[in-house]
Amino acid sequence: MVGIISYGAYIPIYRLSRDLLSQVWGKPAGPGERAIANWDEDSITMAVEAGVDCLTGLDRQCNGLYFASTNPPYREKQCATTVAAALDLPEELFTADFTNSLRSGTNALKAATDAAKGNPGDKMLVLASDNRLPAPDSPLEGQLGDGSAGFLIGTDNVAVEIEATYAVYSDFMDTWRIENEKYPVTWEDRFILVEGYQKMVPKAVNRFLKQHNFSQNDFSKLVLFAPDVRRHQAMSKTLGFDYKSQTQPAFFNNVGHTGCAFVPMMLVAALEDAKPGDRILLVNYSDGVDVMSLKVTEQIENIRDRRGIKGHLESRMPLSHYGRYLHFRDIMEWEFERRPPYVSALPVMWRERKQVTSFYGGKCNNCKTVQYPIQRVCAHCQAKDDFEEINLSSWKGTVTTFSLDQRTMVKDLPCVNLIVDFDKGGRYICTMTDRDPNEVKIGMPVELTFRKFHDGSRLHNYSWMARPIRVK
Amino acid sequence: MAESIKDKVAFIGMGCTQFGERWDVGFKDLVIEATYNAYEDAGVESKDIQAAWIGTQSGSTAAGTLVAPLKLRAIPVARVENASGTGHEAVRNAAYSLMAKAFDLVLVVGCEKTKDAGFGGLGTGPGGAGVGVDEWHPTYLYGTASTPPARFALAATAYFAKYGLTPEEGKRMLAKISVKSHYYGYRNPKAHLRKEVTVEQVMNAPMIAWPLGLYDCCGVTDGAAAAIMCRSEDAKNFRDDYVNIKSLGACSGPGMGKVLSDYDWTYSEEDIAAAKMAYKDVGISDPRKEIDLVELHDCFSISEVLAAEGLGLCETGKYKEQITDEDAYYLDGIIPTNISGGLKSFGHPTGASGVHETYENYKQVQGKADYPERQKKKWKTDQRLCLSHNRGGAPGRAVSNVTIIGLP
Repeated sequence: MVGIISYGAYIPIYRLSRDLLSQVWGKPAGPGERAIANWDEDSITMAVEAGVDCLTGLDRQCNGLYFASTNPPYREKQCATTVAAALDLPEELFTADFTNSLRSGTNALKAATDAAKGNPGDKMLVLASDNRLPAPDSPLEGQLGDGSAGFLIGTDNVAVEIEATYAVYSDFMDTWRIENEKYPVTWEDRFILVEGYQKMVPKAVNRFLKQHNFSQNDFSKLVLFAPDVRRHQAMSKTLGFDYKSQTQPAFFNNVGHTGCAFVPMMLVAALEDAKPGDRILLVNYSDGVDVMSLKVTEQIENIRDRRGIKGHLESRMPLSHYGRYLHFRDIMEWEFERRPPYVSALPVMWRERKQVTSFYGGKCNNCKTVQYPIQRVCAHCQAKDDFEEINLSSWKGTVTTFSLDQRTMVKDLPCVNLIVDFDKGGRYICTMTDRDPNEVKIGMPVELTFRKFHDGSRLHNYSWMARPIRVK
Repeated sequence: MAESIKDKVAFIGMGCTQFGERWDVGFKDLVIEATYNAYEDAGVESKDIQAAWIGTQSGSTAAGTLVAPLKLRAIPVARVENASGTGHEAVRNAAYSLMAKAFDLVLVVGCEKTKDAGFGGLGTGPGGAGVGVDEWHPTYLYGTASTPPARFALAATAYFAKYGLTPEEGKRMLAKISVKSHYYGYRNPKAHLRKEVTVEQVMNAPMIAWPLGLYDCCGVTDGAAAAIMCRSEDAKNFRDDYVNIKSLGACSGPGMGKVLSDYDWTYSEEDIAAAKMAYKDVGISDPRKEIDLVELHDCFSISEVLAAEGLGLCETGKYKEQITDEDAYYLDGIIPTNISGGLKSFGHPTGASGVHETYENYKQVQGKADYPERQKKKWKTDQRLCLSHNRGGAPGRAVSNVTIIGLP
């Protein structure tokens, strides 16, 4: 049996209300809010979050990692490798990026399913993550959201069997972005919907159901791609499913359309409520159609303790100013910055990758003191080169002291500087992200999150920041 | 066998530029202004100088910053850098070269030109801290550092919490320090910030890095100071009122506070170690009673607290009770501190500060303070022991220098 061994998801903490968009542009923007990646987040960091969630309670072991995004931070250079290093996955790992299509997430899911089928015992981690950038004052600005989902696919301890998969391609243009363009482009929606979505999805789903002798009643849930809530309802009906009882609600009002992570995130939400024996029909669209049928097993009860969709949805912070959003996404041309730019050095990043990217510290073999960054000569007992490297990225700690810097060069002032002492020993001087500056206190518990520090020297410079415990 | 430097090396002339936003001059002009001011005081010329040291954090080579503007001829000159301890470090190097009898007459200049950068604040941008290769580290600005005020604010937050001060009480204690610094800066013609402020103004000032506001932070200043030094045995050939080095203490911390959890961010072990070293040579056991005048490192108001406690001017954790509540740091108080206006109000061009502090004490010992109202008149000791202190870096990893000077 091949299928999902574990799942995870991530939704950034910031939410941009459509009321705010309505105030900014002076016209209705609909109800609800969208999830917005923080200034230090991108599809790589959100994929790491979903990966951490997915691997909760499991060894950081797998045979392959597929990273999927329409908005990979590097257009030349694989992103899956950065995700793998941040997750501290073993070196003998097949990595690949799936990109360009809003179906990249389910494309990767199908490829991982096929890989696991062909190599019984292997485990493939699939991480779909998107933060598409809508043009300001465009319809998409109110619709898009940011987030990620992850699945560990394999043949042992399967919690959700992937019974059958089906795919068709189409060169139909739905939304696209040519080289060097910042924002997605589309055509008149009548054409896009009537000739594309509304024709291709029913055709593919009906063929799939027929091939496998499935009827609509065999499925407890339909996880369905749609461009918006109206089309979601309409397509559910067209496909012969009851919207209220059978269709997994889409996150249009509380997260937004999360690109290639949209259907994967909905699948995670469906699995959070699923019971053993439930069967799910998954339908994703764009550049063709992916259809899958999945069947929940008894093992699902062993992977309930994920933060997933529910945990992250409840943990939210309003982004109260549109101007800060413009800064987060660097959308405008800004005043000339007189301060020197950030710089970085690839040799340093490479030499220190184990502590910078994977977040290893040193534990002295002689006096057992944990130290970050790694000290070749122990700060406590001066033993030289006698330490064990240990991964601290999942360690929790408390704030020993803090300051709120209004002057440093970051996009979300004040910059919260912290001294963090880990519960299991060791100290980390760092900054705090996903925080309300007014809530920062000495003794506050924190955890670590993989973030982008800056883009100095035309590199994305990632490492680990502290944040208040996101989901208690 | 190592020997004490006490009374072996003397200052026979010192000079100091006008501190401030010196749009009118460049680095080399500041060097010339301070050096010729010192030459005049000592009655010497460039041709008399046998070796020289330039202390600067941001300047380039010794040749470019000192030899070229002064047209020194065929003598050894070195550039010294030790963060905010740079000026003191240059004096220390020169002093030991004299004690070693390598030279008879040497020049020390500390100088910094900060205001051509085009942006305000002390080290508020990447590259501002001048820390060389560290800046290339991908995580440099976070994890190892942020702006200097934010690094010192970590100490303020920790100090308030440890000693049970509410944020309001803590900020008020710090505000009184800045009021005192501005009181004396207003009365010092060469100071940068010559304006008196009130506690309310300090407490309500725009926030720079909580809990430090604008008036908790030193000025970003251009300036230079210079010293002409010789062995004490030769000093009488130049002047009668020369001033001797009594002791030099210095400590570079390994930065363990940034790594080990047992450091609580409320003190500087480097200050304590440098002071201990300096007090040993002079035989000081109770600095509060045995030191006449102190110029200490107050780049931020909280730094004055850490330094005063580290130097033993009050008991640890008792700064509020024993210093601010008693006004102990005013000229007629128990332990007058930063009567120049301090880095806070006089200004903190990093390379110049240690030399300027020494200049301030040198003038006080001679009875020639730049503004008569600031001249100390009643001395505790016959030697008129004056201490100057700088701390480079920030709590958690610092370098500390302590210099005590006085009458022979």
